[in-house]
Amino acid sequence: MHTVSTDVDTVTSSARQAKPPGGPRSVRRAGILFSLPAVVLLLVFMVVPFGTALVLSFTNRKLLSPLPTRWVGLDNYRDVLTDSGFWGALQNNIIFSVITVPVQTGLALMLAVLVNQKLRGSVVYRTLYFIPITFSLSAASVIWLVLLNPSGLLNTVMETVTFGAFTPDWLNDPRYTMTAIILVSLWASVGFQMVILLAALQDVPKSLYEAAAVDGASWWQQFRHVTVPGIRHQLFFVVTITLILSFRLFDQVWIMPPRPGGPLDATNTIMVEMVGTGFERGQIGRGSSIAVLFFLIVLLLTVFQRRFEPAD
Amino acid sequence: MITSKIRSRHGILSYAAMTLLGLFFVLPIVIMVIGSMKSNSNVISDQTSLRAFDPRPFQVVDNYQGAADTGRFFTSLRVSVIVSGVIVLVGLIVNSLCGYALARLRFRGQRALFLVIVALVIIPFEAIAVPLLLMMSEVEWTNTLRVQFLPFIAQPLYIFLFYAFFRGLPAELEEAARLDGAGPYRIFWSIVFPLARPAYASAAILSFLYSWGQFLWPVMVARTENVRPLPIGLTFFRGTGTPQWSELLAYATLMVLPVVIVFVAFQRHFVQGVAASGLKG
Repeated sequence: MHTVSTDVDTVTSSARQAKPPGGPRSVRRAGILFSLPAVVLLLVFMVVPFGTALVLSFTNRKLLSPLPTRWVGLDNYRDVLTDSGFWGALQNNIIFSVITVPVQTGLALMLAVLVNQKLRGSVVYRTLYFIPITFSLSAASVIWLVLLNPSGLLNTVMETVTFGAFTPDWLNDPRYTMTAIILVSLWASVGFQMVILLAALQDVPKSLYEAAAVDGASWWQQFRHVTVPGIRHQLFFVVTITLILSFRLFDQVWIMPPRPGGPLDATNTIMVEMVGTGFERGQIGRGSSIAVLFFLIVLLLTVFQRRFEPAD
Repeated sequence: MITSKIRSRHGILSYAAMTLLGLFFVLPIVIMVIGSMKSNSNVISDQTSLRAFDPRPFQVVDNYQGAADTGRFFTSLRVSVIVSGVIVLVGLIVNSLCGYALARLRFRGQRALFLVIVALVIIPFEAIAVPLLLMMSEVEWTNTLRVQFLPFIAQPLYIFLFYAFFRGLPAELEEAARLDGAGPYRIFWSIVFPLARPAYASAAILSFLYSWGQFLWPVMVARTENVRPLPIGLTFFRGTGTPQWSELLAYATLMVLPVVIVFVAFQRHFVQGVAASGLKG
Protein backbone atom coordinates (compact mmCIF):
# COMPACT_ATOMS: atom_id res chain seq x y z
CA MET A 1 0.00 0.00 0.00
CA HIS A 2 2.74 2.48 0.88
CA THR A 3 4.47 2.02 -2.45
CA VAL A 4 1.56 3.65 -4.21
CA SER A 5 2.45 7.17 -3.18
CA THR A 6 5.72 7.52 -5.02
CA ASP A 7 5.01 6.70 -8.64
CA VAL A 8 2.36 9.18 -9.62
CA ASP A 9 4.58 11.34 -11.79
CA THR A 10 6.48 8.66 -13.63
CA VAL A 11 3.53 7.48 -15.70
CA THR A 12 2.97 10.91 -17.18
CA SER A 13 6.57 11.62 -17.97
CA SER A 14 7.01 8.19 -19.55
CA ALA A 15 3.87 8.63 -21.62
CA ARG A 16 5.34 11.85 -22.94
CA GLN A 17 8.78 10.42 -23.59
CA ALA A 18 7.68 7.14 -25.19
CA LYS A 19 8.56 6.82 -28.84
CA PRO A 20 5.73 6.85 -31.33
CA PRO A 21 4.77 3.16 -31.38
CA GLY A 22 4.42 1.00 -34.46
CA GLY A 23 0.69 1.24 -34.87
CA PRO A 24 -0.45 4.24 -32.84
CA ARG A 25 -4.13 3.72 -33.42
CA SER A 26 -4.11 0.02 -32.60
CA VAL A 27 -2.08 0.74 -29.47
CA ARG A 28 -4.51 3.43 -28.41
CA ARG A 29 -7.44 1.13 -29.04
CA ALA A 30 -5.70 -1.67 -27.12
CA GLY A 31 -5.09 0.69 -24.21
CA ILE A 32 -8.76 1.45 -23.93
CA LEU A 33 -9.84 -2.15 -24.43
CA PHE A 34 -7.34 -3.44 -21.87
CA SER A 35 -8.44 -1.02 -19.20
CA LEU A 36 -12.15 -1.04 -19.99
CA PRO A 37 -13.24 -4.08 -17.91
CA ALA A 38 -11.48 -2.76 -14.82
CA VAL A 39 -12.83 0.75 -15.37
CA VAL A 40 -16.42 -0.45 -15.71
CA LEU A 41 -16.21 -2.71 -12.64
CA LEU A 42 -14.52 -0.07 -10.51
CA LEU A 43 -17.09 2.48 -11.57
CA VAL A 44 -20.11 0.31 -10.77
CA PHE A 45 -18.83 -1.42 -7.64
CA MET A 46 -16.61 1.21 -6.09
CA VAL A 47 -16.96 4.76 -7.34
CA VAL A 48 -20.77 4.78 -7.52
CA PRO A 49 -21.29 3.13 -4.11
CA PHE A 50 -18.74 5.48 -2.58
CA GLY A 51 -20.56 8.49 -3.98
CA THR A 52 -23.84 6.91 -2.89
CA ALA A 53 -22.53 6.55 0.65
CA LEU A 54 -21.81 10.27 0.79
CA VAL A 55 -25.24 11.16 -0.60
CA LEU A 56 -27.22 8.65 1.46
CA SER A 57 -25.53 9.75 4.67
CA PHE A 58 -27.58 12.96 4.38
CA THR A 59 -30.89 11.11 3.95
CA ASN A 60 -33.15 8.93 6.05
CA ARG A 61 -32.97 6.08 3.52
CA LYS A 62 -34.09 2.67 4.83
CA LEU A 63 -33.43 -0.74 3.35
CA LEU A 64 -37.14 -1.59 3.34
CA SER A 65 -39.61 1.19 3.95
CA PRO A 66 -42.90 2.31 2.50
CA LEU A 67 -42.10 5.93 3.31
CA PRO A 68 -40.31 8.11 0.77
CA THR A 69 -36.69 9.03 1.34
CA ARG A 70 -35.98 12.61 2.32
CA TRP A 71 -33.01 14.84 3.05
CA VAL A 72 -32.21 15.13 6.70
CA GLY A 73 -29.07 17.24 6.43
CA LEU A 74 -26.55 16.46 9.14
CA ASP A 75 -29.05 14.60 11.35
CA ASN A 76 -27.40 11.20 10.84
CA TYR A 77 -24.00 12.56 11.76
CA ARG A 78 -25.43 14.36 14.76
CA ASP A 79 -27.23 11.20 15.89
CA VAL A 80 -24.18 9.00 15.43
CA LEU A 81 -21.80 11.45 17.07
CA THR A 82 -24.07 11.88 20.09
CA ASP A 83 -24.70 8.14 20.39
CA SER A 84 -22.81 6.55 23.25
CA GLY A 85 -22.84 3.28 21.29
CA PHE A 86 -20.70 4.81 18.55
CA TRP A 87 -18.23 6.37 20.98
CA GLY A 88 -18.02 3.11 22.89
CA ALA A 89 -17.26 1.32 19.63
CA LEU A 90 -14.62 3.89 18.69
CA GLN A 91 -13.11 3.54 22.15
CA ASN A 92 -12.97 -0.24 21.76
CA ASN A 93 -11.30 0.16 18.36
CA ILE A 94 -8.73 2.48 19.89
CA ILE A 95 -8.06 0.13 22.82
CA PHE A 96 -7.63 -2.72 20.35
CA SER A 97 -5.25 -0.66 18.21
CA VAL A 98 -3.22 0.75 21.07
CA ILE A 99 -2.51 -2.76 22.34
CA THR A 100 -2.35 -4.66 19.06
CA VAL A 101 -0.02 -2.33 17.15
CA PRO A 102 2.96 -2.40 19.54
CA VAL A 103 2.45 -6.00 20.70
CA GLN A 104 1.99 -7.37 17.20
CA THR A 105 4.89 -5.36 15.76
CA GLY A 106 7.14 -6.28 18.66
CA LEU A 107 6.34 -9.98 18.46
CA ALA A 108 6.69 -9.93 14.67
CA LEU A 109 10.11 -8.30 14.98
CA MET A 110 11.16 -10.84 17.59
CA LEU A 111 10.02 -13.75 15.41
CA ALA A 112 11.72 -12.29 12.35
CA VAL A 113 15.02 -11.77 14.19
CA LEU A 114 14.86 -15.31 15.59
CA VAL A 115 14.25 -17.08 12.28
CA ASN A 116 16.68 -14.80 10.46
CA GLN A 117 19.59 -16.36 12.37
CA LYS A 118 21.58 -18.92 10.45
CA LEU A 119 20.29 -21.76 12.60
CA ARG A 120 19.46 -25.25 11.42
CA GLY A 121 15.72 -25.64 11.05
CA SER A 122 14.88 -21.94 11.10
CA VAL A 123 12.89 -22.41 7.89
CA VAL A 124 10.67 -24.90 9.71
CA TYR A 125 10.02 -22.41 12.48
CA ARG A 126 9.29 -19.69 9.95
CA THR A 127 6.70 -21.96 8.35
CA LEU A 128 5.12 -22.71 11.72
CA TYR A 129 4.74 -19.03 12.56
CA PHE A 130 3.30 -18.33 9.15
CA ILE A 131 0.71 -21.13 8.92
CA PRO A 132 -2.05 -19.31 10.88
CA ILE A 133 -2.06 -16.69 8.09
CA THR A 134 -3.70 -19.33 5.91
CA PHE A 135 -6.59 -19.71 8.37
CA SER A 136 -9.67 -17.61 7.71
CA LEU A 137 -10.42 -15.43 10.72
CA SER A 138 -13.73 -17.28 11.09
CA ALA A 139 -11.95 -20.64 11.39
CA ALA A 140 -9.41 -19.14 13.80
CA SER A 141 -12.27 -17.75 15.88
CA VAL A 142 -13.97 -21.14 16.18
CA ILE A 143 -10.75 -22.90 17.19
CA TRP A 144 -10.09 -20.29 19.86
CA LEU A 145 -13.63 -20.70 21.19
CA VAL A 146 -12.46 -24.12 22.37
CA LEU A 147 -9.16 -22.84 23.78
CA LEU A 148 -10.79 -19.87 25.54
CA ASN A 149 -13.53 -21.95 27.15
CA PRO A 150 -13.49 -21.49 30.96
CA SER A 151 -12.06 -25.01 31.22
CA GLY A 152 -10.13 -24.76 27.94
CA LEU A 153 -6.44 -25.23 27.30
CA LEU A 154 -5.55 -21.58 27.89
CA ASN A 155 -6.98 -21.69 31.40
CA THR A 156 -5.21 -24.98 32.06
CA VAL A 157 -1.97 -23.19 31.25
CA MET A 158 -3.09 -20.14 33.26
CA GLU A 159 -3.89 -22.29 36.27
CA THR A 160 -0.42 -23.85 36.19
CA VAL A 161 1.37 -20.54 35.71
CA THR A 162 -0.62 -18.50 38.26
CA PHE A 163 -1.26 -21.39 40.67
CA GLY A 164 -4.99 -21.10 40.09
CA ALA A 165 -5.13 -17.38 40.85
CA PHE A 166 -6.27 -16.28 37.39
CA THR A 167 -8.60 -18.38 35.25
CA PRO A 168 -11.19 -15.98 33.83
CA ASP A 169 -14.21 -16.78 31.72
CA TRP A 170 -12.57 -15.00 28.77
CA LEU A 171 -15.54 -14.58 26.48
CA ASN A 172 -18.35 -14.03 28.98
CA ASP A 173 -16.63 -11.68 31.38
CA PRO A 174 -16.67 -8.24 29.73
CA ARG A 175 -13.42 -7.34 31.47
CA TYR A 176 -11.49 -9.93 29.49
CA THR A 177 -13.30 -10.36 26.18
CA MET A 178 -11.25 -7.75 24.34
CA THR A 179 -8.05 -9.36 25.63
CA ALA A 180 -9.25 -12.66 24.18
CA ILE A 181 -10.03 -11.00 20.85
CA ILE A 182 -6.57 -9.41 20.79
CA LEU A 183 -4.99 -12.80 21.46
CA VAL A 184 -6.82 -14.43 18.55
CA SER A 185 -5.95 -11.54 16.23
CA LEU A 186 -2.32 -11.80 17.24
CA TRP A 187 -2.30 -15.53 16.53
CA ALA A 188 -4.01 -15.19 13.18
CA SER A 189 -2.03 -12.34 11.69
CA VAL A 190 1.37 -11.74 13.30
CA GLY A 191 2.94 -14.00 10.65
CA PHE A 192 2.08 -11.38 8.06
CA GLN A 193 4.06 -8.67 9.84
CA MET A 194 6.85 -11.17 10.46
CA VAL A 195 7.24 -11.93 6.75
CA ILE A 196 7.54 -8.25 5.85
CA LEU A 197 10.12 -7.60 8.56
CA LEU A 198 12.03 -10.77 7.69
CA ALA A 199 12.36 -9.65 4.07
CA ALA A 200 13.65 -6.31 5.38
CA LEU A 201 16.18 -7.93 7.73
CA GLN A 202 17.62 -9.94 4.88
CA ASP A 203 18.29 -6.72 2.96
CA VAL A 204 20.40 -5.12 5.69
CA PRO A 205 24.02 -5.21 4.39
CA LYS A 206 26.18 -7.78 6.22
CA SER A 207 29.11 -5.36 6.10
CA LEU A 208 27.34 -3.05 8.57
CA TYR A 209 27.19 -5.84 11.17
CA GLU A 210 30.81 -6.74 10.54
CA ALA A 211 31.89 -3.14 10.99
CA ALA A 212 29.87 -2.90 14.20
CA ALA A 213 31.41 -6.15 15.48
CA VAL A 214 34.90 -4.83 14.76
CA ASP A 215 34.04 -1.74 16.80
CA GLY A 216 33.10 -4.05 19.65
CA ALA A 217 29.35 -3.42 19.56
CA SER A 218 27.30 -5.77 21.73
CA TRP A 219 24.32 -7.72 20.34
CA TRP A 220 21.95 -5.13 21.70
CA GLN A 221 23.97 -2.23 20.30
CA GLN A 222 24.02 -3.89 16.89
CA PHE A 223 20.28 -4.41 17.07
CA ARG A 224 19.70 -0.85 18.21
CA HIS A 225 22.07 0.93 15.80
CA VAL A 226 22.24 -1.36 12.76
CA THR A 227 19.12 -3.53 12.59
CA VAL A 228 16.44 -1.03 13.59
CA PRO A 229 17.70 1.84 11.37
CA GLY A 230 18.24 -0.68 8.55
CA ILE A 231 14.60 -1.76 8.55
CA ARG A 232 12.99 1.52 9.60
CA HIS A 233 10.95 1.82 6.40
CA GLN A 234 9.32 -1.57 6.75
CA LEU A 235 8.94 -1.08 10.49
CA PHE A 236 7.06 2.13 9.86
CA PHE A 237 4.98 0.41 7.19
CA VAL A 238 4.09 -2.47 9.51
CA VAL A 239 3.08 -0.10 12.32
CA THR A 240 0.89 2.07 10.12
CA ILE A 241 -0.72 -0.75 8.13
CA THR A 242 -1.50 -2.66 11.34
CA LEU A 243 -3.03 0.52 12.72
CA ILE A 244 -5.17 1.09 9.62
CA LEU A 245 -6.29 -2.55 9.38
CA SER A 246 -7.11 -2.67 13.09
CA PHE A 247 -10.01 -0.28 12.50
CA ARG A 248 -11.63 -2.91 10.30
CA LEU A 249 -11.94 -5.30 13.26
CA PHE A 250 -15.10 -7.30 12.64
CA ASP A 251 -14.94 -11.08 12.05
CA GLN A 252 -13.67 -12.10 15.48
CA VAL A 253 -15.96 -9.81 17.46
CA TRP A 254 -18.94 -10.93 15.37
CA ILE A 255 -18.28 -14.64 15.87
CA MET A 256 -16.65 -15.18 19.25
CA PRO A 257 -18.59 -13.34 21.99
CA PRO A 258 -21.97 -14.69 23.17
CA ARG A 259 -23.49 -12.08 20.86
CA PRO A 260 -21.80 -9.81 18.29
CA GLY A 261 -19.91 -7.01 20.01
CA GLY A 262 -20.81 -8.36 23.44
CA PRO A 263 -20.86 -9.04 26.29
CA LEU A 264 -22.22 -5.64 27.39
CA ASP A 265 -20.74 -4.01 24.25
CA ALA A 266 -17.23 -4.84 25.48
CA THR A 267 -16.14 -5.80 21.95
CA ASN A 268 -18.48 -3.53 19.99
CA THR A 269 -16.53 -1.91 17.13
CA ILE A 270 -17.22 0.65 14.42
CA MET A 271 -17.74 -2.16 11.91
CA VAL A 272 -20.20 -3.95 14.21
CA GLU A 273 -22.05 -0.65 14.69
CA MET A 274 -22.14 -0.14 10.92
CA VAL A 275 -23.41 -3.63 10.10
CA GLY A 276 -25.89 -3.48 12.98
CA THR A 277 -27.24 -0.11 11.84
CA GLY A 278 -27.07 -0.40 8.07
CA PHE A 279 -27.87 -4.06 7.64
CA GLU A 280 -29.61 -5.51 10.70
CA ARG A 281 -31.75 -2.46 11.44
CA GLY A 282 -31.84 -1.52 7.75
CA GLN A 283 -31.00 2.14 8.42
CA ILE A 284 -29.02 2.69 5.23
CA GLY A 285 -28.73 6.47 5.68
CA ARG A 286 -27.39 6.31 9.20
CA GLY A 287 -25.22 3.28 8.38
CA SER A 288 -23.74 5.25 5.47
CA SER A 289 -22.80 8.08 7.79
CA ILE A 290 -20.92 5.56 9.97
CA ALA A 291 -19.21 4.29 6.80
CA VAL A 292 -18.18 7.84 5.89
CA LEU A 293 -16.82 8.45 9.40
CA PHE A 294 -14.93 5.16 9.16
CA PHE A 295 -13.49 6.23 5.82
CA LEU A 296 -12.40 9.55 7.30
CA ILE A 297 -10.50 7.70 10.04
CA VAL A 298 -8.77 5.51 7.44
CA LEU A 299 -8.02 8.55 5.29
CA LEU A 300 -6.56 10.43 8.24
CA LEU A 301 -4.31 7.50 9.11
CA THR A 302 -3.27 7.07 5.47
CA VAL A 303 -2.37 10.75 5.16
CA PHE A 304 -0.41 10.41 8.38
CA GLN A 305 1.35 7.37 6.91
CA ARG A 306 2.33 9.19 3.71
CA ARG A 307 3.29 12.37 5.52
CA PHE A 308 5.58 10.84 8.13
CA GLU A 309 7.17 8.09 6.11
CA PRO A 310 10.84 8.07 7.17
CA ALA A 311 13.13 9.73 4.63
CA ASP A 312 16.13 7.93 3.16
CA MET B 1 36.80 -21.35 21.95
CA ILE B 2 35.05 -18.85 24.17
CA THR B 3 33.08 -17.32 21.31
CA SER B 4 31.87 -20.71 20.14
CA LYS B 5 30.67 -21.46 23.68
CA ILE B 6 28.82 -18.15 23.76
CA ARG B 7 27.46 -18.83 20.34
CA SER B 8 26.14 -22.26 21.27
CA ARG B 9 24.54 -20.88 24.43
CA HIS B 10 22.95 -18.20 22.31
CA GLY B 11 21.82 -20.95 19.93
CA ILE B 12 20.19 -22.96 22.70
CA LEU B 13 18.39 -19.88 23.98
CA SER B 14 17.20 -19.14 20.45
CA TYR B 15 15.89 -22.65 19.98
CA ALA B 16 14.13 -22.51 23.33
CA ALA B 17 12.48 -19.21 22.41
CA MET B 18 11.56 -20.35 18.91
CA THR B 19 10.05 -23.60 20.18
CA LEU B 20 8.07 -21.92 22.94
CA LEU B 21 6.68 -19.39 20.47
CA GLY B 22 6.11 -22.19 17.96
CA LEU B 23 3.83 -23.93 20.48
CA PHE B 24 1.65 -20.82 20.62
CA PHE B 25 1.11 -21.04 16.87
CA VAL B 26 0.89 -24.81 16.51
CA LEU B 27 -1.10 -25.97 19.55
CA PRO B 28 -4.38 -24.40 18.41
CA ILE B 29 -4.03 -26.23 15.10
CA VAL B 30 -3.26 -29.50 16.86
CA ILE B 31 -6.26 -29.01 19.13
CA MET B 32 -8.44 -28.39 16.07
CA VAL B 33 -7.36 -31.63 14.36
CA ILE B 34 -7.44 -33.77 17.52
CA GLY B 35 -10.80 -32.30 18.57
CA SER B 36 -12.26 -33.09 15.17
CA MET B 37 -11.44 -36.78 15.73
CA LYS B 38 -12.81 -37.46 19.18
CA SER B 39 -16.20 -37.71 20.81
CA ASN B 40 -17.95 -34.39 21.33
CA SER B 41 -18.32 -34.71 25.09
CA ASN B 42 -14.55 -35.08 25.44
CA VAL B 43 -13.48 -32.02 23.42
CA ILE B 44 -13.83 -29.49 26.23
CA SER B 45 -13.52 -31.76 29.26
CA ASP B 46 -10.19 -33.19 28.08
CA GLN B 47 -8.63 -29.72 27.87
CA THR B 48 -7.62 -29.69 31.53
CA SER B 49 -4.99 -32.37 31.05
CA LEU B 50 -2.68 -33.88 28.46
CA ARG B 51 -5.67 -35.87 27.23
CA ALA B 52 -6.37 -32.75 25.17
CA PHE B 53 -3.89 -34.24 22.72
CA ASP B 54 -5.37 -37.74 22.77
CA PRO B 55 -7.81 -38.26 19.89
CA ARG B 56 -9.64 -41.05 21.73
CA PRO B 57 -12.46 -42.00 22.07
CA PHE B 58 -12.48 -41.88 18.30
CA GLN B 59 -15.54 -40.50 16.57
CA VAL B 60 -13.92 -39.46 13.30
CA VAL B 61 -16.55 -40.65 10.84
CA ASP B 62 -19.49 -39.26 12.83
CA ASN B 63 -17.83 -35.85 13.22
CA TYR B 64 -16.95 -35.36 9.58
CA GLN B 65 -20.29 -36.82 8.51
CA GLY B 66 -21.98 -34.31 10.82
CA ALA B 67 -20.00 -31.42 9.32
CA ALA B 68 -20.96 -32.59 5.84
CA ASP B 69 -24.65 -33.38 6.48
CA THR B 70 -25.88 -31.14 9.30
CA GLY B 71 -23.34 -28.43 8.57
CA ARG B 72 -23.90 -28.61 4.79
CA PHE B 73 -20.15 -28.32 4.30
CA PHE B 74 -20.15 -29.26 0.63
CA THR B 75 -22.91 -26.79 -0.26
CA SER B 76 -20.80 -24.02 1.20
CA LEU B 77 -17.61 -25.43 -0.30
CA ARG B 78 -19.17 -25.18 -3.74
CA VAL B 79 -20.11 -21.53 -3.12
CA SER B 80 -16.65 -20.65 -1.83
CA VAL B 81 -14.90 -22.40 -4.72
CA ILE B 82 -17.03 -20.65 -7.35
CA VAL B 83 -16.80 -17.22 -5.69
CA SER B 84 -13.07 -17.41 -4.98
CA GLY B 85 -12.40 -19.03 -8.35
CA VAL B 86 -14.08 -16.23 -10.29
CA ILE B 87 -12.50 -13.50 -8.15
CA VAL B 88 -9.02 -14.97 -8.61
CA LEU B 89 -9.14 -15.96 -12.29
CA VAL B 90 -11.19 -13.13 -13.77
CA GLY B 91 -9.52 -10.71 -11.39
CA LEU B 92 -6.06 -11.67 -12.64
CA ILE B 93 -7.08 -11.01 -16.23
CA VAL B 94 -8.91 -7.74 -15.59
CA ASN B 95 -6.33 -6.25 -13.21
CA SER B 96 -3.24 -7.29 -15.15
CA LEU B 97 -4.61 -5.98 -18.45
CA CYS B 98 -5.41 -2.65 -16.86
CA GLY B 99 -2.00 -2.54 -15.18
CA TYR B 100 -0.35 -3.27 -18.52
CA ALA B 101 -2.35 -0.59 -20.30
CA LEU B 102 -1.24 1.96 -17.70
CA ALA B 103 2.37 0.84 -17.77
CA ARG B 104 3.00 0.37 -21.48
CA LEU B 105 0.19 1.51 -23.77
CA ARG B 106 -0.90 5.04 -24.60
CA PHE B 107 -4.47 6.22 -24.69
CA ARG B 108 -6.63 9.20 -23.87
CA GLY B 109 -7.28 9.65 -20.19
CA GLN B 110 -4.41 7.39 -19.18
CA ARG B 111 -2.96 9.82 -16.67
CA ALA B 112 -6.34 10.57 -15.12
CA LEU B 113 -7.12 6.87 -14.86
CA PHE B 114 -3.81 6.23 -13.13
CA LEU B 115 -4.45 8.96 -10.58
CA VAL B 116 -7.96 7.66 -9.92
CA ILE B 117 -6.69 4.11 -9.39
CA VAL B 118 -4.04 5.32 -6.96
CA ALA B 119 -6.68 7.27 -5.05
CA LEU B 120 -9.08 4.31 -4.97
CA VAL B 121 -6.47 2.13 -3.26
CA ILE B 122 -7.24 4.06 -0.08
CA ILE B 123 -10.95 3.21 -0.04
CA PRO B 124 -11.55 0.09 2.05
CA PHE B 125 -14.40 -2.14 0.95
CA GLU B 126 -16.04 -1.65 4.35
CA ALA B 127 -16.62 2.02 3.55
CA ILE B 128 -18.88 1.17 0.60
CA ALA B 129 -20.53 -2.00 1.91
CA VAL B 130 -23.73 -0.36 3.19
CA PRO B 131 -24.68 1.61 0.04
CA LEU B 132 -23.64 -1.36 -2.09
CA LEU B 133 -26.00 -3.51 -0.06
CA LEU B 134 -28.80 -1.12 -0.95
CA MET B 135 -27.82 -1.11 -4.63
CA MET B 136 -27.69 -4.89 -4.74
CA SER B 137 -31.03 -5.33 -3.02
CA GLU B 138 -32.60 -2.79 -5.42
CA VAL B 139 -31.66 -5.05 -8.36
CA GLU B 140 -32.57 -8.11 -6.26
CA TRP B 141 -29.12 -9.61 -6.40
CA THR B 142 -28.86 -10.47 -2.70
CA ASN B 143 -28.59 -14.19 -2.00
CA THR B 144 -26.93 -14.88 -5.34
CA LEU B 145 -23.42 -15.96 -6.17
CA ARG B 146 -22.65 -13.02 -8.47
CA VAL B 147 -23.21 -10.48 -5.70
CA GLN B 148 -20.40 -12.20 -3.86
CA PHE B 149 -17.77 -12.02 -6.60
CA LEU B 150 -18.58 -9.05 -8.86
CA PRO B 151 -17.52 -6.31 -6.41
CA PHE B 152 -14.13 -7.92 -5.82
CA ILE B 153 -12.87 -8.62 -9.34
CA ALA B 154 -11.35 -5.23 -10.14
CA GLN B 155 -9.00 -4.25 -7.31
CA PRO B 156 -7.04 -0.97 -7.47
CA LEU B 157 -4.28 -2.46 -5.35
CA TYR B 158 -3.67 -5.36 -7.74
CA ILE B 159 -3.86 -3.06 -10.75
CA PHE B 160 -1.17 -0.99 -9.13
CA LEU B 161 0.98 -4.01 -8.27
CA PHE B 162 0.76 -5.26 -11.87
CA TYR B 163 1.49 -1.76 -13.13
CA ALA B 164 4.63 -1.59 -11.00
CA PHE B 165 5.69 -5.05 -12.12
CA PHE B 166 5.24 -4.31 -15.85
CA ARG B 167 7.15 -1.04 -15.50
CA GLY B 168 10.02 -3.01 -14.07
CA LEU B 169 10.28 -5.30 -17.10
CA PRO B 170 12.87 -4.32 -19.73
CA ALA B 171 11.04 -2.82 -22.71
CA GLU B 172 13.48 -4.08 -25.38
CA LEU B 173 11.70 -7.39 -26.02
CA GLU B 174 8.37 -5.69 -26.61
CA GLU B 175 10.11 -3.08 -28.76
CA ALA B 176 11.70 -5.78 -30.91
CA ALA B 177 8.42 -7.63 -31.33
CA ARG B 178 6.71 -4.40 -32.32
CA LEU B 179 9.34 -3.75 -35.00
CA ASP B 180 8.64 -7.29 -36.25
CA GLY B 181 5.06 -6.21 -36.73
CA ALA B 182 3.41 -7.79 -33.70
CA GLY B 183 0.33 -5.94 -32.42
CA PRO B 184 -0.32 -5.12 -28.75
CA TYR B 185 -2.41 -8.26 -28.19
CA ARG B 186 0.26 -10.62 -29.56
CA ILE B 187 2.93 -8.81 -27.60
CA PHE B 188 1.00 -9.09 -24.36
CA TRP B 189 0.09 -12.74 -24.81
CA SER B 190 3.35 -14.17 -26.11
CA ILE B 191 5.98 -11.94 -24.50
CA VAL B 192 4.71 -10.08 -21.46
CA PHE B 193 2.45 -12.74 -19.96
CA PRO B 194 5.11 -15.49 -19.77
CA LEU B 195 7.56 -13.06 -18.15
CA ALA B 196 4.98 -12.01 -15.58
CA ARG B 197 4.18 -15.45 -14.17
CA PRO B 198 5.70 -14.71 -10.73
CA ALA B 199 3.55 -11.59 -10.43
CA TYR B 200 0.47 -13.59 -11.40
CA ALA B 201 1.29 -16.30 -8.87
CA SER B 202 1.68 -13.80 -6.03
CA ALA B 203 -1.47 -11.91 -6.94
CA ALA B 204 -3.44 -15.16 -7.32
CA ILE B 205 -2.44 -16.45 -3.90
CA LEU B 206 -3.09 -13.15 -2.20
CA SER B 207 -6.45 -12.84 -3.88
CA PHE B 208 -7.41 -16.41 -3.02
CA LEU B 209 -6.43 -15.96 0.63
CA TYR B 210 -8.52 -12.82 0.90
CA SER B 211 -11.59 -14.08 -0.93
CA TRP B 212 -11.62 -17.45 0.87
CA GLY B 213 -11.88 -15.69 4.22
CA GLN B 214 -14.42 -12.98 3.21
CA PHE B 215 -16.87 -12.44 6.02
CA LEU B 216 -18.43 -8.97 6.39
CA TRP B 217 -19.95 -8.81 2.91
CA PRO B 218 -21.49 -12.32 2.91
CA VAL B 219 -22.93 -11.64 6.38
CA MET B 220 -25.02 -8.98 4.66
CA VAL B 221 -25.80 -10.56 1.30
CA ALA B 222 -25.58 -14.37 1.67
CA ARG B 223 -28.27 -15.50 4.07
CA THR B 224 -29.94 -18.43 2.33
CA GLU B 225 -28.45 -21.86 2.74
CA ASN B 226 -27.37 -22.58 -0.82
CA VAL B 227 -25.39 -19.33 -1.24
CA ARG B 228 -23.55 -19.37 2.09
CA PRO B 229 -19.76 -19.42 1.68
CA LEU B 230 -17.72 -21.44 4.18
CA PRO B 231 -17.16 -18.72 6.83
CA ILE B 232 -20.90 -18.03 6.98
CA GLY B 233 -21.75 -21.73 6.91
CA LEU B 234 -19.40 -22.19 9.85
CA THR B 235 -21.12 -19.54 11.96
CA PHE B 236 -24.59 -20.87 11.12
CA PHE B 237 -23.41 -24.36 11.98
CA ARG B 238 -22.14 -23.08 15.30
CA GLY B 239 -25.62 -21.82 16.03
CA THR B 240 -26.44 -20.36 19.42
CA GLY B 241 -25.90 -22.03 22.76
CA THR B 242 -23.53 -24.95 23.21
CA PRO B 243 -22.33 -26.20 19.85
CA GLN B 244 -21.32 -29.68 18.75
CA TRP B 245 -17.64 -28.93 19.24
CA SER B 246 -16.24 -31.97 17.49
CA GLU B 247 -18.33 -31.43 14.35
CA LEU B 248 -17.51 -27.72 14.36
CA LEU B 249 -13.80 -28.50 14.52
CA ALA B 250 -14.20 -31.06 11.73
CA TYR B 251 -15.83 -28.32 9.65
CA ALA B 252 -12.98 -25.92 10.43
CA THR B 253 -10.41 -28.57 9.53
CA LEU B 254 -12.06 -29.22 6.18
CA MET B 255 -12.30 -25.50 5.56
CA VAL B 256 -8.64 -24.64 6.13
CA LEU B 257 -7.35 -27.75 4.36
CA PRO B 258 -7.47 -26.35 0.78
CA VAL B 259 -5.58 -23.23 1.85
CA VAL B 260 -2.94 -25.21 3.73
CA ILE B 261 -2.46 -27.40 0.63
CA VAL B 262 -2.04 -24.32 -1.57
CA PHE B 263 0.33 -22.91 1.03
CA VAL B 264 2.53 -25.99 1.10
CA ALA B 265 2.57 -26.19 -2.70
CA PHE B 266 3.41 -22.54 -3.34
CA GLN B 267 5.10 -21.45 -0.16
CA ARG B 268 7.57 -19.13 -1.85
CA HIS B 269 4.97 -17.19 -3.83
CA PHE B 270 2.76 -17.17 -0.80
CA VAL B 271 5.33 -15.45 1.36
CA GLN B 272 6.20 -12.99 -1.41
CA GLY B 273 2.55 -12.28 -2.12
CA VAL B 274 1.70 -11.55 1.49
CA ALA B 275 4.84 -9.48 1.91
CA ALA B 276 3.95 -7.47 -1.20
CA SER B 277 0.86 -5.95 0.34
CA GLY B 278 -1.13 -5.65 3.49
CA LEU B 279 -4.46 -7.43 3.46
CA LYS B 280 -4.86 -9.13 6.77
CA GLY B 281 -5.31 -7.63 10.19
